[in-house]
Amino acid sequence: MASVTFDKVTKRFDSGLPAVNDLNLVVPDKEFLVLVGPSGSGKSTALRLLAGLEEITEGRIFIGDRLVNNIPPKDRDIAMVFQSYALYPHMTVYDNMAFGLTLRKLPKEEIRRRVDEAARILGIEGFLKRKPRALSGGQRQRVALGRAIVRDPAVFLFDEPLSNLDAKLRVQTRAEISKLHLRLGTTFIYVTHDQVEAMTMATRIVVMNQGTIQQVGTPQELYDRPRNLFVAGFIGSPAMNFFDGTVVQEEGALAIDTGSFKLPVAKEKEKQLSAYLGGKVTLGIRPENIHSADFTPMGIRSEIVEGEVEVTESLGNEEILYLSRDGKQFLARVDPRTDARPGQTIRVAMDFERLHTFDPERGESIGLPATEEKVEREAEAASP
Amino acid sequence: MARPNPTASGETAVRARPVGLQFGATVRRVAGRLPLHLSIIGLVALWSIPTIALLVSSFRDPGLVVTSGWWNAIKDPFSLTLDNYETVLDQNGMARSFLNSLIITIPSTLLTILVAAFAAYAFAWMKFPLRNFLFLVMVGLLVVPLQMTLIPVLKLYVSLNEWFGFLGHDVPLLGGRWFGTNSYAGIWVAHTAYGLPFAVYLLRNFFGGLPRDLFESAYLDGASDFKVFRRIVLPLSMPAIAALAIFQFLWVWNDLLVALIFLGDPDRAPMTLTITNLVSSFGTSYQLLTAAAFISMALPLVVFFALQRYFVQGILAGSVKG
Repeated sequence: MASVTFDKVTKRFDSGLPAVNDLNLVVPDKEFLVLVGPSGSGKSTALRLLAGLEEITEGRIFIGDRLVNNIPPKDRDIAMVFQSYALYPHMTVYDNMAFGLTLRKLPKEEIRRRVDEAARILGIEGFLKRKPRALSGGQRQRVALGRAIVRDPAVFLFDEPLSNLDAKLRVQTRAEISKLHLRLGTTFIYVTHDQVEAMTMATRIVVMNQGTIQQVGTPQELYDRPRNLFVAGFIGSPAMNFFDGTVVQEEGALAIDTGSFKLPVAKEKEKQLSAYLGGKVTLGIRPENIHSADFTPMGIRSEIVEGEVEVTESLGNEEILYLSRDGKQFLARVDPRTDARPGQTIRVAMDFERLHTFDPERGESIGLPATEEKVEREAEAASP
Repeated sequence: MARPNPTASGETAVRARPVGLQFGATVRRVAGRLPLHLSIIGLVALWSIPTIALLVSSFRDPGLVVTSGWWNAIKDPFSLTLDNYETVLDQNGMARSFLNSLIITIPSTLLTILVAAFAAYAFAWMKFPLRNFLFLVMVGLLVVPLQMTLIPVLKLYVSLNEWFGFLGHDVPLLGGRWFGTNSYAGIWVAHTAYGLPFAVYLLRNFFGGLPRDLFESAYLDGASDFKVFRRIVLPLSMPAIAALAIFQFLWVWNDLLVALIFLGDPDRAPMTLTITNLVSSFGTSYQLLTAAAFISMALPLVVFFALQRYFVQGILAGSVKG
């Protein structure tokens, strides 16, 4: 069990472009931290730097109090689960799990005890004598987890471990990994491009893009208060709708005019937005904050806007509407009883108290501290 | 007059039609592929005829071999005899040559595989300066004709024997010198060196194709490079190693030139050299040549069939991805 610290870590590959750029992050002991971002965001590189599979160009990485920059992977006291499972195909499940322990010259009885225990936790006792090719994808994934568990490492690393599983199995395994985290009480660092995985499993999420941290926070923080346009668009599914708008004054109150509709600004945001009066802002509103006018939840303050229905997607418990207004497309997640057909014009209620506003040039959220200051502050707060 | 049951006959008709269609489809499929199959069978037959002729001739009486074609043996199968084999093995030192061939071929093959596997692992997975350049030089050696190297290497061997006299002493049991000309070790080294460029090239490409995750996983598990090589790479590379073993074994087993240059002594001559001598000493003893050729072919065939399963076995199945 240990904390992990990235101190100004930069990784440049031969091309010279930084894959990870000045990464500062403290992962406290026992945390389930998820690094999430699109392809090429540097999240996997960050994990591989921690594992020792890539060399650090600049900066320092600590596991606990130990500087690990020059420590080989095998001595870092970490275990990693790969996307491809990376099982040794010529060895049985038992040998796969025991391989690391055999190399560490543990007594045979101890190896057997640990493998049996891990197999019991994961429910793979029946497969110990099989070769990986005789297992299903889910079973292979369990063996890969088992191989990490038997090592009893200080930190578990996961590199997109669920990407090769089918949707149902992915949901199931997600819950199992969360349970495993509670049971083992060890630091988990998990890399994924799937924001649903990040939201459901993490105690804290790090959103990365182009090698830099965009925001660190709990899943709810990221959802409620995205720091910038990237995080706002990345977290949440379907993604947040964005509109270009101008801050205007109307009857003594501020409103945002998008050209095709106007939304009033909630009182608590007026102060921050007043600096933008007459200027441009980017308006963000999540699809779940756009309701059918006929089925608007109680207690929200909304503005009615009309839109033409282009496509409807019914999911049973909800309906996703692809709407357009003046050539601008946006999505609404509405009550399934909504009677909307393509071609029809319907009225939707936009919950303007849940608007997000961003500076269109810097992309930063208006009213939240700037990215770097906040990250540093969070890193300091989290450090043990 | 009994009236036919329309329902029953209708059902029969309905059932019969698909069967008829199916039969028609099968006929069409077979007919469509017939020319292909016939051409393949024809090619295989053409290809095999010389070998079959050689095999049949090796069992025929010397008198018959020179007076009638080999196909006449089919008319009179009882005329076949093992005399040729007996003569070749007993009187012409073929048994000793067979042993010599083994003494030359097995170490030459094993050494090549061992050295090439180490080198290929380093070229594929270890980081060191000039790695790609050195690999390129290695592959470049493939284009150097073996014949060009014979004289310099032979001169080197002679010089070594002059400089280090003890290398010229007799080796107990095996016979010949310890190293240099007329030594088994000398020809092992020569064959290994000649085989290495291709062997390293073949194995490096195979090792390089193994999933990187397996290596990284093994490093994290605590394996050193040597452990990864021995416990992961070697077992997973059996198809490539088997292929290389077959190539190298056949190459060394069938080699005449290198043996002729480096092993002049008839006591250490491999089969190829002895067979060549048969030609010169027996002139037209065609039947003995055929028997000798078949003795020489027997072992490579055994090696090939023993290792060929590795070519078809998907040993990597199940390692990565679902």
